[in-house]
Amino acid sequence: MRQELTLRGNQALLTRANPLSKFAAVVFMTVVLALSIDWVSASVALFCELLLFPLAGLTLTLLWQRGWPLILAAAVGGWSTSILAPDSGRILLDVGIWSMSEDSLELGLGFMLRGLAIALPAVLLMSCTDPTDLADALAQKARLSHRFVLGTLAAMRLVGLMAEEWQTIGMARRARGVGSRGNPAQRMRATLGQSFGLLVQAIRRASRLAVTMEARGFGGGDRTWARESTYSRLDVWVLAGGALMATAAVAAAVFAGTWSFVGG
Amino acid sequence: MPAAYDDGTAATTRPAAVTARGWGWRHAGRSRPAVHALDLDIRPGERVLLLGPSGAGKSTLLHALAGVLGDVNDDGEAGDSDESGSLRIDGASPRERRGRAGLVQQDPETQVVLSRLGDDVAFGAENLAVPRDAIWARVHEALDDVGLSHLPLDHPTSALSGGQKQRLALAGILAMRPGLILLDEPTANLDPTGVLEVRDAVGRCLDKTGATLVVVEHRVSVWKDLVDRIVVLQPGSATDPAVLLDGPPDRVLAEARDMLIAAGVWVPGFVPATRNRASGGSGDLLLAAEDLAVSRERPGRRRFKTIPPVPVQQDISAQVRAGQALTITGPNGAGKSTFALTLAGLLAPVGGNVSATLDLGQGAGIDPYKWKADQLIARIGTVFQEPEHQFVTGNVLDELMFGPRHLGHGEERVDELLQRLRLTELVDANPYTLSGGEKRRLSVATVLAAHPQVLVLDEPTFGQDANTWAELASFLSELLDAGTAVVSVTHDAEFSTALGGAELRLGTTEAVAP
Repeated sequence: MRQELTLRGNQALLTRANPLSKFAAVVFMTVVLALSIDWVSASVALFCELLLFPLAGLTLTLLWQRGWPLILAAAVGGWSTSILAPDSGRILLDVGIWSMSEDSLELGLGFMLRGLAIALPAVLLMSCTDPTDLADALAQKARLSHRFVLGTLAAMRLVGLMAEEWQTIGMARRARGVGSRGNPAQRMRATLGQSFGLLVQAIRRASRLAVTMEARGFGGGDRTWARESTYSRLDVWVLAGGALMATAAVAAAVFAGTWSFVGG
Repeated sequence: MPAAYDDGTAATTRPAAVTARGWGWRHAGRSRPAVHALDLDIRPGERVLLLGPSGAGKSTLLHALAGVLGDVNDDGEAGDSDESGSLRIDGASPRERRGRAGLVQQDPETQVVLSRLGDDVAFGAENLAVPRDAIWARVHEALDDVGLSHLPLDHPTSALSGGQKQRLALAGILAMRPGLILLDEPTANLDPTGVLEVRDAVGRCLDKTGATLVVVEHRVSVWKDLVDRIVVLQPGSATDPAVLLDGPPDRVLAEARDMLIAAGVWVPGFVPATRNRASGGSGDLLLAAEDLAVSRERPGRRRFKTIPPVPVQQDISAQVRAGQALTITGPNGAGKSTFALTLAGLLAPVGGNVSATLDLGQGAGIDPYKWKADQLIARIGTVFQEPEHQFVTGNVLDELMFGPRHLGHGEERVDELLQRLRLTELVDANPYTLSGGEKRRLSVATVLAAHPQVLVLDEPTFGQDANTWAELASFLSELLDAGTAVVSVTHDAEFSTALGGAELRLGTTEAVAP
């Protein structure tokens, strides 16, 4: 039920790279892919990303479990684009106001592939990055405020706890006669009440956690770091890999003549 | 501020001294002070058990010593709380002595800061700017001291038991090398095994470091042999001093035995008197579990097939009979609560079935899980471990009227329940602002207002003082005599004895990670 925020068991190569270099590579890829809406650059990028799966310790099953909302969103986006885009070329489907032509299908396909190609790096990043290591890197290397970074990290631990609490509060309220079944209006009311209960518990937990952290000296001036966030040769490869993938995608599209700047 | 930090290389801990002179504290928004005119001297290395009725300001004192009391928020705005007199650790204000005192609180879940065992222990030392190499040396030593060194440093903290979490919190504090260890009811939420785990770990650490200890706890017998002084506080008032009694454990317990018992303190060798059963109950079968397998997880789905979750416990059979008590016991993780919730119609069985007899079902069918919420509460009432989970309104009276109003009958019982559970004075109070004992009494009363024939209670006596405990046991015995069936999940052997009836012991189905 409760999701682990650690990467125990994942020994893949990319788990050893610094979170910041991985983050930089992801940002670079995302920006480049957002520049065009053709299907060639997107497919090349997507292909490269799939090749990276083993390096990040990710499998297709895990990908679906963690990234299904993104995949679904990309598919829906692609479908609606192909239906709604202005028709040109041969008409493939025509049902009332919905119609799909060769060109609009190509556009929709490009849209879907691009959505996936942009979403996947983020899933890859999260699957081979421990949140604690990311926080260390953000505070030590990117020089973000340690109060903010560590506060957020500690709060994330509570999120898993809240999922359990939600179930318990739901049962506790049913035991008081508040039904979570019935017509939509009743359900809505029940959910609102349950959310309020959860909110109260979340605030109580958070304030107790804050006392715990303060009692351990958190919030003072300088602090040291038990885990040093370091860069290694691997990080150079991560950055180079990101740049290479982005370049390959653009080059393939330009070569194939499909490259088209967004708004250009 | 940095002047107070040690450099992390000190081999031993210097025990801290505590001095209070006319110290008082009033929380923002309250008219009465939580602590008033406290005079107290604690010598370095002393071990003090702090007792007193609820409202005597024990936790307030501990928070003040930990330097976390106050309502100066991040924006630097001060609330209207009030401090008087002086409270000093080694002659300086606790806030300037960050790191000299370490605090462990009651709720194990909020004692853990980070996701990995080693990181969590290191957290305090990092904040005190201890050099990196010294931190890891301290982490290993602290984990060793609390008996968690068999776990790897990247062990997920969410996988620890309650007792282990409290020992982890202790390790996190030890890594700060504090001269003063403050424990605020550290074992109130733990089962008996967990209580001893934590107590023994504290004892070992004190023997080793010689640090000063101040512990607040209701159950005196747990800490009596570990402390060398007991201080009894009384609620703040303008005329009386805050310290009522002060001295060696045996003397204080002898002198103040009656007073402590009256205040609801669990004095060693004393079990509060409870009402005896007057009748054996009709014994009519109301509810039965057959070969039940239980889990909190919902069934998973794969390729349009439903995959049942792995049960935490299976092959449970039990019978619930009118006017008879059933206690469910067993070690942590045996699925006791999960079983009780399934029996109570709140969780779907993973295997086997729960069936209500015609006497209980009365036209609603035999499967409690399929009953509508209002059908359920009029038949089976469930009292959760945490009373706050069940509060649904803004004041005590509405809370009690909630069930009867939904059902359309039974409002006349509310007055009787208010009186019987001493809630009459509190009808306008917000449920969340009540004391622990009041919350427990209210949560029982609200469930009973719907007049269920079966009452299910999950650890009803956890963290309760002796007075609430005795009231609850006596009240349940009355209910049993009146023909209600009472099912309780409990670690409390004395409570099971007081209720009598059958015991269902659940074992662990698989080896839990050590």
